Amino acid sequence: MLEWRRRREPSTLMLWLSPLIAIGLTMLLGMIVFTAMGYNGFHAVESIFVTPFLEPQRWPDLGVKAAPLVMIALGLAIGFRANVWNIGAEGQYIMGAIAGTGVALVTHEMTGWWILPAMALAGVLGGMAWAAVPAFLRVRLQVSEILTSLMLTYVAVQALYYLVRGPWKDPDGFNFPQTRMFGADQTLPAMMEGSLVHLGIPAALLIALVAWLLMEKTTAGYAVKVVGLAPAAARHGGFSADRVTWATLLASGGLAGLAGLFEAAGPFGQLTPQFPTGYGFTAIIVAFLGRLNPLGIVFGGIVLAATYVGGEIAQTTVRLPQAATGMFQALLLFVLLATDVLVKYRISWRVRVA
Amino acid sequence: MTQPPDQTVCPRLALSHISKSFPGVKANEDISLSVRPGEIHALLGENGAGKSTLVKIIYGVQQADEGTIAWEGETVSIPSPKAARRLGIGMVFQHFSLFDAMTVIENIALGIDEAVDRDVLKARVAAILDSYSLPLDPEREVHTLSVGERQRIEIVRCLLQEPKLLIMDEPTSVLTPQEVDKLFGTLRQIASQGCAILYISHKLQEIKALCEAATILRAGRVVATCDPRVESTKRMAELMIGAELRQVEHTASTGAGEVRLAVSGLTLAGEPPFGTDLEGISFEARAGEILGIAGVAGNGQSELLTALSGERPATDPGAIALDGRQIGTMGAGPRRALGLACVPEERNGHAAVPDFSLADNAILTARHRLPLTPLGLISTGDVNRFADSVIKRFDVRTTGGAALARSLSGGNLQKFIMGREIGQTPGVLVVCQPTWGVDAGAAAAIRQELVDLAAKGSAVVVISQDLDELLELADRLCVINEGRFSAPRAVASLGIDEIGLMMGGVHGAASPPGAPAHA
Repeated sequence: MLEWRRRREPSTLMLWLSPLIAIGLTMLLGMIVFTAMGYNGFHAVESIFVTPFLEPQRWPDLGVKAAPLVMIALGLAIGFRANVWNIGAEGQYIMGAIAGTGVALVTHEMTGWWILPAMALAGVLGGMAWAAVPAFLRVRLQVSEILTSLMLTYVAVQALYYLVRGPWKDPDGFNFPQTRMFGADQTLPAMMEGSLVHLGIPAALLIALVAWLLMEKTTAGYAVKVVGLAPAAARHGGFSADRVTWATLLASGGLAGLAGLFEAAGPFGQLTPQFPTGYGFTAIIVAFLGRLNPLGIVFGGIVLAATYVGGEIAQTTVRLPQAATGMFQALLLFVLLATDVLVKYRISWRVRVA
Repeated sequence: MTQPPDQTVCPRLALSHISKSFPGVKANEDISLSVRPGEIHALLGENGAGKSTLVKIIYGVQQADEGTIAWEGETVSIPSPKAARRLGIGMVFQHFSLFDAMTVIENIALGIDEAVDRDVLKARVAAILDSYSLPLDPEREVHTLSVGERQRIEIVRCLLQEPKLLIMDEPTSVLTPQEVDKLFGTLRQIASQGCAILYISHKLQEIKALCEAATILRAGRVVATCDPRVESTKRMAELMIGAELRQVEHTASTGAGEVRLAVSGLTLAGEPPFGTDLEGISFEARAGEILGIAGVAGNGQSELLTALSGERPATDPGAIALDGRQIGTMGAGPRRALGLACVPEERNGHAAVPDFSLADNAILTARHRLPLTPLGLISTGDVNRFADSVIKRFDVRTTGGAALARSLSGGNLQKFIMGREIGQTPGVLVVCQPTWGVDAGAAAAIRQELVDLAAKGSAVVVISQDLDELLELADRLCVINEGRFSAPRAVASLGIDEIGLMMGGVHGAASPPGAPAHA
């Protein structure tokens, strides 16, 4: 029979191996499910998990999709380490884009190097403001931030719909629900000629490095970890859980807001009702796949970006429905949570003598 | 009262060659013992000797890897506590499983296996309380009861099942001396009616007073069996710890120096729902002395510690003064920076983070007084050097500073925590239960360090429920009871009965005759 034994110390090897095992199992399960549904399961999995990496022309797209995922996940992971469960990054992402777009619309037809930094700042502040509500409610009234941050996401979506259909609707846009296209100085410069690769990609990598240093080498990161692992010990050591709650929610909101602004000023170039693409939710999977470690999250972001890119490929090659992308992402999260058992437990076969 | 066991009857319980392993440790190895009807049998051993594992096997909480259990002469398997209770085995755990917000009778009703009509149950409980003359009001809510009274609920719960074997796990660790006497009377009465009792403890005086046979465990094995009524306590202690006992050496006291910690009129509401309020606490601790604070658990000790450490600051800055400076409203960090170090009772999750390495745990409280985190950046080299120096100086048995705190035994982790605080040479050190759950060797080492720290001119405050420890360490002693302080007295002038009465809240006045003991 299967025997479970608790390890004396969590296995470091398994900590890093279990995400890879999870990816492998997800591919296997996906293959079985889609074969059972009458598709070519092997080609489906190949299109989603392998093709994006093998074809160099897909790589820029991979980077463009990984950048916001990584940026949002970095902020979320810091919060998760402190037991602060910001589930509403999607809303903060939208709010960041709205705030940045506000600056873009105010500066319409203006030029100047300062416009983009001002938009980025507005994006960060917009995300932070949206995350400040759950932070305030949790610190003052002990309201679960899981509920408030999630619910605020839907408020943000409605705010976006209202703006693009009402006050911010492009006057020259034939009544389509969308804002004006941003001007040249309101758009992220392309980093490669003729591609969508923008400043967000190096920014995400830089932020990952800073986040890693912050978590591993500073008392601020130490405070986050202590508050998450042992709140009473944190209080004993003179750390304030309330301050950590505020700081982590503002940081994750700010990063989500910045990611939203980069998306609005990069690939979209305007705000439309199609702007919310679920990056804020997918980033939760990225954070866990990367083991809440900033460098692991870069890897996780690339894998989840592949499911988006590959999902599109599979739509044409295997005629998979678009929903397959979401199914693979959800499957990955479930399998990942299951394989986490390997970190704390040793599993072996044993013939039981009755 | 207690009859010598009849050697001809078959034993109520006989264990033979019981072994049980956990990853990395053999908790029980080849243990055999037998208990006869009416016998009070002591299971003696240090923390970690394997006593708890053995009784969990008897009570069906865990299963032995090897060996057999015979119940009244027949081999049985005990797969669950329910099965144990069906056989007639009752157990009173060290940590009670009671609901604070419910009444005594409701808690009893929840704890029994079969559904019993409420009135029938009430009558049966009343009969038991009466026949054992146990003072306990079935309608009181549990959070209003003393620990001794809570223990009586657990005992009544067991007696309702008419047990043939009663297991008592460290029952006196939370009781006043008077409550202990009362408990022993009850246990003798239970045994005289033919019930066997397995009594687990590491307190030798109690075992001498109560038990007629003893099995001594060390490192998971039986090292001796003896009759505690004739064996000397010193001999039993040496068998238990496997080495000669070390006595704490007091260096010639320099007498009380200047006041280092002054608490005056400290009042602080307890944390809801069941925290104890501190009311008007005043005391002084002087350089070079050890002030002991005795008291039964749950009378405000942990609240006092968190009030002193700054985890819960007071509203009046003058309530606490350190070296003449008012610190009552300061938080934990600034207080420590000024030289007030505190060690709470709970090691895992309060004094230390179980999932952090020892080096990371060193940062937790040492960063204020030692240059471990200049400008908020962790200086890994300095942290590791400090952790290593603590491990070396305090003889912490571990693989090194990178070991997780949770991987250490209780005693070793406590040595590390004490070393972390003492290694910062604090002006005032407040410790709560410094040797709780620590083996005798490590306990002696910790006590010696406390004495040495005081000798160097620090003031040391020891909050403890262990009277023997306080009498050994303290120069002056006061008692905390329901969040209030008694006036400190010189230890030399106190008798143990007097302290016991103070702990019970009597404060010098005679106990009113016939009143239920309310601790």
